[in-house]
Amino acid sequence: MSGPPLLYLLLFFAIPSLIMVLASFRSPGEFGGLAPFLEDGKVDLNLDSYARFFTDPVYAQIFLKSVWYALLTTLFCLALAYPLAALIAKSPQRYRDLLLLLVILPFWSNFLIRVYAWMIILGPNAALARSVNGALAWFGHEPVPLLFSSFAVLVCLVYVHLPFMVLPLYANLEKHDQALLDAAQDLGANAWQRFWRITFPLSLPGVYAGAALVFIPALGIFAIPDILGGPGDSLIGNVIKQQFLETRDWPFGSVLSIVLTVAALALAGLAAWIGRRNLGAPSSAKQARA
Amino acid sequence: MALLEIQNVTRRFGDFTAVDKVSIGIESGEFFTLLGPSGCGKTTLLRMIAGFDLPDGGRILLNGEDLAGRPPEQRPVRTVFQSYALFPHMTVEGNVAFPLQMAKTPAVDIPAKIAAALEDVRLQGFGKRYPHELSGGQKQRVAIGRALVTHPTVLLLDEPLAALDAKLREEMQLELINLQKEVGITFVYVTHDQTEALALSHRIAVMNKGRVEQLDEPSRIYGFPRTRFVADFIGQCNLFSGPVASRGSEGTITLDVPALGPVRIATDSKLSPGRPGTIALRPEKIRIRATSGDGADNHFRGTVADLLYLGDVTVYRIATAGGVRIEALLANSQSGSAKFFEVGDAVDLSWAVDAGHFIEE
Repeated sequence: MSGPPLLYLLLFFAIPSLIMVLASFRSPGEFGGLAPFLEDGKVDLNLDSYARFFTDPVYAQIFLKSVWYALLTTLFCLALAYPLAALIAKSPQRYRDLLLLLVILPFWSNFLIRVYAWMIILGPNAALARSVNGALAWFGHEPVPLLFSSFAVLVCLVYVHLPFMVLPLYANLEKHDQALLDAAQDLGANAWQRFWRITFPLSLPGVYAGAALVFIPALGIFAIPDILGGPGDSLIGNVIKQQFLETRDWPFGSVLSIVLTVAALALAGLAAWIGRRNLGAPSSAKQARA
Repeated sequence: MALLEIQNVTRRFGDFTAVDKVSIGIESGEFFTLLGPSGCGKTTLLRMIAGFDLPDGGRILLNGEDLAGRPPEQRPVRTVFQSYALFPHMTVEGNVAFPLQMAKTPAVDIPAKIAAALEDVRLQGFGKRYPHELSGGQKQRVAIGRALVTHPTVLLLDEPLAALDAKLREEMQLELINLQKEVGITFVYVTHDQTEALALSHRIAVMNKGRVEQLDEPSRIYGFPRTRFVADFIGQCNLFSGPVASRGSEGTITLDVPALGPVRIATDSKLSPGRPGTIALRPEKIRIRATSGDGADNHFRGTVADLLYLGDVTVYRIATAGGVRIEALLANSQSGSAKFFEVGDAVDLSWAVDAGHFIEE
């Protein structure tokens, strides 16, 4: 790799990352930002911010909660996107483009507007909350708020990331050879067996790609918990934003960012590795047969 | 009653009738071929036997039972697809085990059955390979082994050799014949390749435009084509058409062929003079000589218009005085001499009265 790609990576990934890594080893300034690098002949490099992350359990907890939310988002997206992608892939050619357009249509409006729209949909006076709480009252249950809750955060996370799961799944399913399903049926497989033995294993590369595209951005998101979450719904993204913009503790914000980046890279690497194993490489047989 | 009874089966796609009132009885243990050009309905018929398509009219009976209510996965029929349709994420063993697993075969019995199936198709030692690691011929064998492992009542083969090169195809033809003899399962084979059909089959149904034109043994299909289409489709054939000029006493008819003249043919046909008929004459039945022949029944002079040297034989196209082209074939049995005649040579054509075959129209 050389030339423009290398330059891009250097400019937009390596240098910013390096600045962040350097910042993570420095001290916060008196009025926020960073303390001077050289003061009284002393170089400002220390592990204080790392120590803080690893000693105060609240950060690890928030971090784990973020992983949990991202994981749930990925699973719900997968469950919702799979039937949709399969439906589009099975539709007549002339409808496919239209259906795909509908999938990406939300991107045409602003992200924040779409998140705020959920405030109205989930609001206490909207039809949804009224009918849910009406049903709960029927069973003698106290009304529950839908807005400003983990529920609202999760619903919006799934909504926002759904297209990122649908598109790679569709791209994979659309290439499937009908002859394989015919052969499986001919050899005695019913619809359920055809799905689990043929379609699903062959769609795994699409599943991994979609999972990575959903999981990684969901892990770092801060706007959705900010707008729709309750007090206990702060995720790692919120904490990072808070460190940089409100507390102005840049070194600690950098530490949190680095942990997030490393975790995301590790998971993406894992997904890529599993994906490659399942693309018909000789070692994938055991999984397919199990 | 035959093992597989196709009774009056019709299938329409909109205005197009793909299969038109076809009735065929296929016997147990038979190697049966559906032969015809693309679009003749042979593949549609095969898909209806497999259950992927349903007839609009008529019935398909297997062992006397109507298959109409049974989806493909519940029919004791297996298909070998043209594209092989091997599961790319499974090994050869995984592919062959698949139908056994679907049939709820006890796990302890599966390895022995896989081994037996791989031995049948001569693929011992290939069990751990993936489809993408196999050659075309090997993939073909896996597809056949996978289809045979559960011992179906009928095996359907949809142009299984079409994707192989000529040499491999011939090899696989011999293997298919032996395999069918060995396992004793009824094969229904679909092809558009007439030499393949002639080589493999016990019986052939020649199909055209959704109908069966002729159902017979290979030698009878070749020697006694019942229609113009069959004569033309199977092998090379000279077709002489014209009105019947006269009926001879000892079972012969003389046809008045325009631009050629009278041609005599032995037949038990009772077609009266004036009615149109066709004589089908295979190129290898014609004698070509440089000098005028003896008292053969049919006798014409012409010049060599062009020739096709094929190694073992040479095909000559002879133009007669009236402008009719007649194809004749001469075996190059004499070593060293490639051709007997050159373009432009005057030759004498003759054939016996019983060399051709008369078709009523």
